[in-house]
Amino acid sequence: MNSTIRERIKQNKSKKSSQNKIETLMPMLFLLMASISILVTAGIIFTLFRETLLFFSEVSFIDFITGTEWYPFFGNDPSFGIWPLLSGTFTIAAIAMLVSIPIGLAAAIYLSEYASDQNRKVLKPILEVLAGVPTVVYGLFALTFVTPLLQTFVTDLPIFNALSPGIVVGIMIIPQITSLSQEAMNAVPQSMRDGALALGATRLEVALKIVIPGSLSGIISSLVLGLSRAIGETMIVATAAGSTPNLGFTPTESIQTMTSYIVQVSMGDATYGSTIYYSIYAVGMTLFLFTLAMNLFANHISRKYREVY
Amino acid sequence: MKNKVVVPDKKQISKRITKNKLAKGIFFMATIFGMIVLATLIIRIVTQGIGYLDFSFLTNYASRRPEDAGIKAAILGTIWVMSITIPVSLILGVGTSIYLEEYAPKNKLTRFIELNLANLAGVPSVVFGLLGLTVFVRLLEMGRSILAGGLTMSLLILPVIVVASKEAIRSIPQEQYEAAYAMGATKWQIIRTVVLPAATPGILTGAILSLSRGVGETASLLMIGAMTFIAYTPTSVLDGFTVLPIQIFSWASRPQAEFQAVAAAGSIVLLIILIVMNSLAIVIRNKYSKRY
Amino acid sequence: MNKEEAVQSVYSVKNFNLWYGDTHALKDISIDIPEKQVIAIIGPSGCGKSTFIKTLNRMVELVPTVKMKGSIHYNEMDIFDSETKVESLRTDVGMVFQKPNPFPKSIYDNVAYGPRIHGIKDKKTLEEVVERSLKGAALWDEVKDRLSENAFGLSGGQQQRLCIARALAVEPEVILMDEPTSALDPLSTAKIEDLIHELKKNYSIIIVTHNMQQAARISDKTAFFLNGEIIGFDATEKMYSNPKDKRTDDYISGKFG
Repeated sequence: MNSTIRERIKQNKSKKSSQNKIETLMPMLFLLMASISILVTAGIIFTLFRETLLFFSEVSFIDFITGTEWYPFFGNDPSFGIWPLLSGTFTIAAIAMLVSIPIGLAAAIYLSEYASDQNRKVLKPILEVLAGVPTVVYGLFALTFVTPLLQTFVTDLPIFNALSPGIVVGIMIIPQITSLSQEAMNAVPQSMRDGALALGATRLEVALKIVIPGSLSGIISSLVLGLSRAIGETMIVATAAGSTPNLGFTPTESIQTMTSYIVQVSMGDATYGSTIYYSIYAVGMTLFLFTLAMNLFANHISRKYREVY
Repeated sequence: MKNKVVVPDKKQISKRITKNKLAKGIFFMATIFGMIVLATLIIRIVTQGIGYLDFSFLTNYASRRPEDAGIKAAILGTIWVMSITIPVSLILGVGTSIYLEEYAPKNKLTRFIELNLANLAGVPSVVFGLLGLTVFVRLLEMGRSILAGGLTMSLLILPVIVVASKEAIRSIPQEQYEAAYAMGATKWQIIRTVVLPAATPGILTGAILSLSRGVGETASLLMIGAMTFIAYTPTSVLDGFTVLPIQIFSWASRPQAEFQAVAAAGSIVLLIILIVMNSLAIVIRNKYSKRY
Repeated sequence: MNKEEAVQSVYSVKNFNLWYGDTHALKDISIDIPEKQVIAIIGPSGCGKSTFIKTLNRMVELVPTVKMKGSIHYNEMDIFDSETKVESLRTDVGMVFQKPNPFPKSIYDNVAYGPRIHGIKDKKTLEEVVERSLKGAALWDEVKDRLSENAFGLSGGQQQRLCIARALAVEPEVILMDEPTSALDPLSTAKIEDLIHELKKNYSIIIVTHNMQQAARISDKTAFFLNGEIIGFDATEKMYSNPKDKRTDDYISGKFG
């Protein structure tokens, strides 16, 4: 038998020191890459913090968090009360949730409890497509189709209002709520459903009394994530809601959200170092804190209250 | 016959059955509601914009006159930005997932990295834009450039690529590792010669889907300073730029109704690009799925 | 008697103990394994035979909770010595698994995998090794015209022979087999048993099997494991006709296990 291969392998092994170096180097290299994601979060927090502090050296913190007037462009006497932006954001989010929660959950129930395997295989991907439409296209749709449509029902609806983008944001979020809720419902074992069905329950009763309570943590988590997405949504609002900060729940008027304000300033000529420039960081910080809190909350609910089967 | 306590009431049963049927109908309508909206959106965008979609649309720059407006600069800008985002996000994303799946010990640092990635996935894109503005545009002095935009975008889609890559790597059965170890392969050799080749289709699919989100991304690039009126071809990564979604947004924001139609034309092109990318991902996924 | 003792031991195990966490899986194992023979390891499920064979090429260390004490020498070299590179041991000692596990690569690339990762790059050498190994695994005639096809297109029995060819390609001295035919049909099993008979001319083979007839057919010596201990280790004929321990006798005659 030819032993050349064995000999050559032994030979190769003896001059293998570079191979050893690579072997110990690679995990360190990959750890470095994995740490970049931590750097990113640190960068976000540091950036927001630093510029926000600079903002608060020019604008009083109390005025910011309690003020109800947001007129940053009033040359001599600007006001930086955050509440109009907050109210604009929450108006959009509220309308979006009113649209997405019932429709999203209903679709999830259908896909999870009623649809045959075949139907599900076809319907789910189509719903996913809805999630893939770029937000600018949604914004254009809101401005040029939904708003005129609404104007036929709501007379005097201005062309820039909160209702139209709110509805479209809701539509955009439906696939996310449906898919996450359906996943949660899927985790409920079939044996539980069979037990109820065998007692003569209808599918509706099984869904409402067994499946939903049995997957509640996942469903709530998906709703909170949907809300977080609605709060962070930018382009639909920037295109169709106008840019008038407005206090209160004002769906039929033009509004400005935290996100659309940041975009408005970025597209303008705000001088680097001006108060207006720093204001986008203060607003960004507020936005970040809200979405972070919601994401952590959704995560917490999902993990702590996860139903174990 | 014994006296039954629970007597099935025929009327009550049929009422419940009717309720069930009704509910099923409502739930079904909710499910196809999304499809109806999608169809409406597509039809609306196409009919709105098709009139402006001609060859000159693809080869013109932006213009003050709707008839002359074109997406040449936007398409080129998108290509330039993507050419930075693709390698950076792939390398960082796959590298991170290799660490998490192959090397990371089950300790607090690992859990922190994973929690951190989950949170990053939920951060609004404007916040990434603010990060990019401070760090890439100003601190690292890249200016309002393609480079800054591409890097910002890489960070934005990083969490999604990591998730997709982790899935692809995790789907490789333990027996493959055992076979390679038994022949004297080292861990890095196994990753290089067994894991990565086998995980590549899954990673590619995830990458394409992540990148298609990047193609439609607007807010963060707006904050980097992507401009809305560009009439030249970029020649270096430090040049200013625009991308297709921003061009669409700028047209949609114009008061003249014709520009809305131009925006729709741009939307058609954007949607076609996305359909092509997603179909590619699906083809790859189907071709390489049935393996083990 | 003297003739037996003159045979070289390829493995020499002394007072070896292994724990999975708190479970004592191998208890004070001592055994000398002679070279160029087929050694069968039999015993009921959970007796430690798989664990033992995986220790011989240190694959058992892939389990994080494993703890070991005692000595194992391969060709008079301590396999746990920090100087010894485990990758080196595994090129001398090959392994075939219970379920065939070819890589999702071509037949050629599967067999060439071992030599390639150990630094052999030139095409001609690789082609020779692939042909030789496939012939050694009695698979060459069936696949020689489709070496570039994916290994997953082969039948179960063929895949297992491919895995044997893959192990042969790095020219080991010892081949460990962990129930290699339990997932195969009788015809493929017979083919592989014939193959083992051929292979023992040039390799030392240690095979774990739960099939006692198989052990009786192909092995020269048999070790009987029970509850992590070696109850008996003797020439196969003797183990089956006149075992020293009653428990061995009971197991072989089917009274338990």
